[in-house]
Amino acid sequence: MNIVVVLRMVPDVVEELEIAPDGKSLDLEFGRMVLSESDDHALEQALLIKERMGGTVTAVALEAPEVDEVLFSALAKGADRTLKITGPKEGVTTREAAHIIAQVIASEPGLRGADLVLTGTQAINDLDGLMAPLLSQELSLPFLGIVTGLLPDFATRIASATKEYPRGVRAEFEVALPAVFGIQAAEKPPRYVPVAKVRAVMKSQKIDCVPSAGMEEPGLSLLQVLEITKPEPSAHSEILEGSVQQAACALCGILAERGLL
Amino acid sequence: MSAEYWVVVEHWKGQVSQITYEALALGREVADQLGASLCAVLLGHNARELAATLGKADSVVYADDPLLSEVVAETYAEALVQLLKERKPKGIIFPLTNITLGAGTLLGARLNLPVVNFCTDIQFANEAVEARCVLYGGKIESRVAAEGEPIIFGLWPGARPAEKGLSDRRPPIEEFAVNLPAPAIHLKKFIEPEAGDVDITQQEILVAVGRGIQSQENLHLAETLAKQLRGAVCASRPVIDQGWLPLSRQVGKSGATVKPKLYLALGISGAPEHTEGMKASALIVAVNTDRSAPIFNIAQYGIVADVLEVLPALSEAIESRKGVSSHA
Repeated sequence: MNIVVVLRMVPDVVEELEIAPDGKSLDLEFGRMVLSESDDHALEQALLIKERMGGTVTAVALEAPEVDEVLFSALAKGADRTLKITGPKEGVTTREAAHIIAQVIASEPGLRGADLVLTGTQAINDLDGLMAPLLSQELSLPFLGIVTGLLPDFATRIASATKEYPRGVRAEFEVALPAVFGIQAAEKPPRYVPVAKVRAVMKSQKIDCVPSAGMEEPGLSLLQVLEITKPEPSAHSEILEGSVQQAACALCGILAERGLL
Repeated sequence: MSAEYWVVVEHWKGQVSQITYEALALGREVADQLGASLCAVLLGHNARELAATLGKADSVVYADDPLLSEVVAETYAEALVQLLKERKPKGIIFPLTNITLGAGTLLGARLNLPVVNFCTDIQFANEAVEARCVLYGGKIESRVAAEGEPIIFGLWPGARPAEKGLSDRRPPIEEFAVNLPAPAIHLKKFIEPEAGDVDITQQEILVAVGRGIQSQENLHLAETLAKQLRGAVCASRPVIDQGWLPLSRQVGKSGATVKPKLYLALGISGAPEHTEGMKASALIVAVNTDRSAPIFNIAQYGIVADVLEVLPALSEAIESRKGVSSHA
């Protein structure tokens, strides 16, 4: 069983986001890029399947700041191989990225004919489409998203997948393999890997690279971002100032006034 | 035929989803501005009666097929591809929720149509359509133009009040026959959530924790506060995914929708996936170290500080106040 996991780097929204001088994009010079949260879960789910049932896990990512650290971390966690697609244009959209990644999956030895293609259900910047359904269309494979559990049966070529619905309801689906899955959450929290182990992997293993040249298709997105802005803070939100103790006392008073204590 | 705008009707377990009415409210505005008719596209099996609730639309197109009895993105997209061979709407508003997520993207990819996700509004500027979208967990808003028609708008919950999409009018129904291939994906069964120890939808006071609580060991601080306030602890998705609290305590898109008298959001950034489930709370108080966190956009009161410092301080303040009250 060959499992491909598509990983994407996104701006760390824990930090302050800065808008670039063009007013249409983020200024990433001072920000930090991190692995998209649901992609981290997709990697974990792939590793869980490998541990239970064998097979290989290949993590694929487009070149981006901090991506090497993420790919080495994937190796340290148990991925068998990592592949970095180098040289994509700046500001590549999800639709454009899916087009490039699908071509690599379809052509690269070891990835071609993958049984499972996993990626996160949704990234915070999936403006022109979601990665998993886009990959499924490019690769002509079935797709299921919002997946929180996945158990493939190699003999029958059927996977049992759990999809999340509102109000805590879940549903069990049968999916013919090969297929693309958008992972919402792995069955277990993404594993922690010590920095020392990642550093050791950096010395002993390597990231394979493949250029994106010739695979990009300009204008695939069909969107034009005219402007980006930061939301105006809500006028009715009152910040309780002062020390933590003063703010806590003020809040306590507000709750008491409203009969909530 | 006059120009059309479509709303794809999301329904589940025999009920039209709230977001469909939000989409109809927005679609009505857009269609009226364009002088277009608004068409609700209802896909399902034995679901015709749901059309009676879609009176905000000028008409309903209904496709019935056993393969449409549950939402499988591929099947939904294929049905819409077939419908688009006969009708040419200018825009398609597609709910972006757990139920239909992915179907809009697939439709756009199959027909090479523009897709605009996380859409909260559709406006016209210089006779061109502009979508307003939220990105990066609600920290950035964008104005987006698209090339080609129809544009598929992936609608984010909360674009309009659902009540504005309701109407007593019974719309005319036009049936549409689809011919769908056997899918590679089959629904086996629904799994209802296990009853939790606490029903958070029935609580008047909720102490909600997010990533800012940092570890399971710190949860006792929230439990203490919840006990003082005679409420319960609930959480945003990251806390549930870590296994620190059971799924029955999750608030948001995949969890419960709650409307307590007090929602204390502690260390929760306020991503739209979470706020969808709690924004109707009577009083929202947010605590977060990031002054620009989107949760402050919906909170009435906020404290910009570390939740791990605020929690004991608030517990202490409540104890002091109760002590004063009992001695008064």
